[in-house]
Amino acid sequence: MSQIVVEKKVLNENQKLAAELREKFREHKILVLNIISAPGSGKTTLLERTLERLDKSKRVVLLTGDLQTENDAKRLAQWGFPVKQIITGGTCHLDAKMIEKHLADWPLEDFDMLIIENVGNLVCPTSYDLGEHFKIVILSVTEGEDKPLKYPAIFVKSELMILSKVDLLPYVSFDAEVAKQNARSVHPGIEILETSSKGEGLDAWMKWLEEKLAAVKSGELVSA
Amino acid sequence: MHELSIVSSVLDQLEKLKKQHEGAQFTKVGLRVGELAGVDVDCLRFGFECVVKDTPWERLALEIEEVPRRQRCPGCKAEFRAENWATACPHCGEAATITIAGEELQIAFVEVDE
Repeated sequence: MSQIVVEKKVLNENQKLAAELREKFREHKILVLNIISAPGSGKTTLLERTLERLDKSKRVVLLTGDLQTENDAKRLAQWGFPVKQIITGGTCHLDAKMIEKHLADWPLEDFDMLIIENVGNLVCPTSYDLGEHFKIVILSVTEGEDKPLKYPAIFVKSELMILSKVDLLPYVSFDAEVAKQNARSVHPGIEILETSSKGEGLDAWMKWLEEKLAAVKSGELVSA
Repeated sequence: MHELSIVSSVLDQLEKLKKQHEGAQFTKVGLRVGELAGVDVDCLRFGFECVVKDTPWERLALEIEEVPRRQRCPGCKAEFRAENWATACPHCGEAATITIAGEELQIAFVEVDE
């Protein structure tokens, strides 16, 4: 009996493809965001409010993942930005191959930003690099404030946590300070914004986007 | 629940490796799974058993090394295990420490009968 040392990433193929995508995004200076949350935390609603506010001269495209239905793509298409639905047919996450396939007939050089809305799931999307600059995790106040402790990996890997539905805080027993503390205990450097679909915090969120867009354009922000 | 995809990715890589080691019988594969990898180890074991059943990989054993999250303090340079996900440095109190282990999802080795 002998041993062969392999020392390779299990998701080597996904990683290679993600690296190729990242190189393309870098070449065309596109900001790429990978939005992740549990089902029903408000990913699509946040994106609707975002597209509504975005300057129409911004060249933004969206990919939205779900197990079934084109519902989210229809919701997001109302603002005139190109949207494609990725139907995974049961798969619980998006992988780099799905992204590559759905981007194939879009001229990347014409875009400033790609927003990827992942499948609603706090576990599996964590493992799959899509070539993005940032993962953004959304936690809504109708969930538990201990979610960052229960699903630490995604909170560790996200640059930004958006605490959504804060307009419901008076009606739920959710302690926002404890939630933020929990997020910071697993990821000390995590940025946190609070939003609601009624408009709270959306200016700060749009400012965050503008800053990142500018940083990608100037070459200051390069994803590794 | 993506552990089945993980198992398929492992076996795809072993297929390739097998071509480089013709005639060798792979008896065991060793994986390294960090606690930040987003992979449930029990699920992975179960998925592995299901996938290899009635295939040429049926006799392949699976060994999993679970890797705890470790942090390094940029201040006092201490390295420590992040117990209960608390990442502040236990020596000097620095809050912003750096993850140095626990993100692994790797094939470490295979054992072969030649």
